[in-house]
Amino acid sequence: MDNSRKIKRREFINKGVRLGIGVGLGALAIDLSTRSAEGKTIWQIDPSKCVQCDKCSTDCVLDTSAVKCIHVTDMCGYCDLCSGYLRTGTKNLNTAAENRQCPTGAIVRKFVEEPFFEYTIVEELCNGCAKCVKSCGAFGNGSLQLQIQQNLCVNCNQCSIARVCPGQAISRVDRSTPYLLKGFGGKS
Amino acid sequence: MKHKAQLIMLIVVISLITYNVLAQQIQRFPKPEFESGYQTPLTQVSKIQPVFFEYLDMFVLVGCMALMTWLVLKKRSRKAVFWLTVFSLLYFGFYREGCICPVGSVQNISMAIFNPGYVVPLTAIVFFIVPIIFTLFFGRTFCAGVCPLGAIQDLFAVRPVSLKPWIRYVLGLIPVIYLGLAVLFSATGTDFIVCRYDPFISFFRINGSSLMFFLGAALLLTGIFIARPYCRFFCPYGVILNFISRFSRKHVSITPSTCINCKLCENACPYDAIDKPEGLSVKNDNRELVKKLIIYCLITPALVVVTGWTASKYHEDFAEVNFKVRLAHELTTTGTDANPADIPTEVTTFRSSGQPLEALRKEVDKIIHRFNIGSWIVGGFLGLIIGLTLARLTIYRYKDDYQPNRGNCLSCARCVDYCPVGKEINNEMQIVELKKYD
Repeated sequence: MDNSRKIKRREFINKGVRLGIGVGLGALAIDLSTRSAEGKTIWQIDPSKCVQCDKCSTDCVLDTSAVKCIHVTDMCGYCDLCSGYLRTGTKNLNTAAENRQCPTGAIVRKFVEEPFFEYTIVEELCNGCAKCVKSCGAFGNGSLQLQIQQNLCVNCNQCSIARVCPGQAISRVDRSTPYLLKGFGGKS
Repeated sequence: MKHKAQLIMLIVVISLITYNVLAQQIQRFPKPEFESGYQTPLTQVSKIQPVFFEYLDMFVLVGCMALMTWLVLKKRSRKAVFWLTVFSLLYFGFYREGCICPVGSVQNISMAIFNPGYVVPLTAIVFFIVPIIFTLFFGRTFCAGVCPLGAIQDLFAVRPVSLKPWIRYVLGLIPVIYLGLAVLFSATGTDFIVCRYDPFISFFRINGSSLMFFLGAALLLTGIFIARPYCRFFCPYGVILNFISRFSRKHVSITPSTCINCKLCENACPYDAIDKPEGLSVKNDNRELVKKLIIYCLITPALVVVTGWTASKYHEDFAEVNFKVRLAHELTTTGTDANPADIPTEVTTFRSSGQPLEALRKEVDKIIHRFNIGSWIVGGFLGLIIGLTLARLTIYRYKDDYQPNRGNCLSCARCVDYCPVGKEINNEMQIVELKKYD
């Protein structure tokens, strides 16, 4: 008699707690879903905040960073003396390896017509070190910009580059704007 | 023409070096008009993964949970549970690369609760709530093998040893601290520490830092003997499920009908989650236990205050993890006349951006204040858990059979195979038995 009453009491308590947790969860779910995003938000770099610090190449969880240099071809000046391609202050003005900005040789230069050259980024070689981005932005048109390549990014819950980014340039963005490339005057 | 371009370039270079402008995207060189009919190629960016996968993830999660619950509670088949574990490991672990998982979603939810501006992904809500709902009704079937972190460890639990209860209770406090800190850091918008220290993510991605890889490998090797070390002694989500599972409507039972106290299942559980029958001898000490219970109930509030106060002593250290707090700290410690090479990039960036320092200071003060309150709560919560654990040890409940511990049981269904009740006796065995008694 005593035992069965105890069990009933315990069942009653359990039921009550269950109901409480259930109602709480429901309220939380409704509250959160009113301001939720369809699917995951994604990470992207705002080039106007980017300071080309090289952390993108070292802090990504992937061995080779998902951050790549994107060449906005429409903004390129097609310079012969491309500051993104060639290092400044070199002894001889030629395209020898020691004179190039890119440490991995990811920028390919192709002659178009006198005096213009086309530049292409080889994505597999680019490690997101931003050396070319920095000098292109400082001395050129700024057509080279760092962006997270969305097919490579594994979309971590917390981007490990965003955590250390000195300019706090990496943030969660909506899926409808996967890339934040900037045009002239910093407008996207 | 060529030399003209070079000359312009040089002039620009010289003028820019002297001013060291950080400016970006300025049209210094106009886009050339090509005479050879050259067409500018399009800017190459890759497409984003379709949202379809996110829905597939949710669908597979719900499906796996329902199937696992059915296998554990109704089908009672360890073999089937094992294969579902393998599937879940392959899908959520290796195929979807372990992100997002319910363990990490705790942080998304706490960040969303405390930061109204944060847009929480629907996937995170579903991944947080679905396992909890299933636990509320059927026990921790999520832990059984749907969780990719649990699944990978479950496959390694081959030579489990039993741990002494006091070790389990002490180590069991680590997840509480971990959960507290995870909520504290995500609620203040600082960091997602559970994701950062996810030990198996580098296995799932076959990529990542070597430190985390070795940590994961060490955990898996430990898991051979101390089964599922991460689930039992680290997992913050496990704390929530452990609590909720105690009130679950149904739960896996070792025996399909009535326990016959054959003791065959006594060593079946690799996680020490089977409660043995408690004899009446314990009940005779009831007076002693009640005395202890009263003492523990009285010291619990004191414990809450002490642990809360202790944790709050460290709130400024916790706050240092926050980027803005660190930045403000660095801004005050590095003088403007410091050697340029010694100035952190963050400081240079902030100074050149022209943002007012006062605004940052105010914001940082607010963040530190939140950390102060938060660490009081986290510390107090830990004290409360310690007090309740002690109090729980004194409460005696009469039990005459072997039952899985509702909180700690991971519903892996290993013990089910050990129970002889209701099983058909193998024909060959019957013959052997008969011959013996002939």
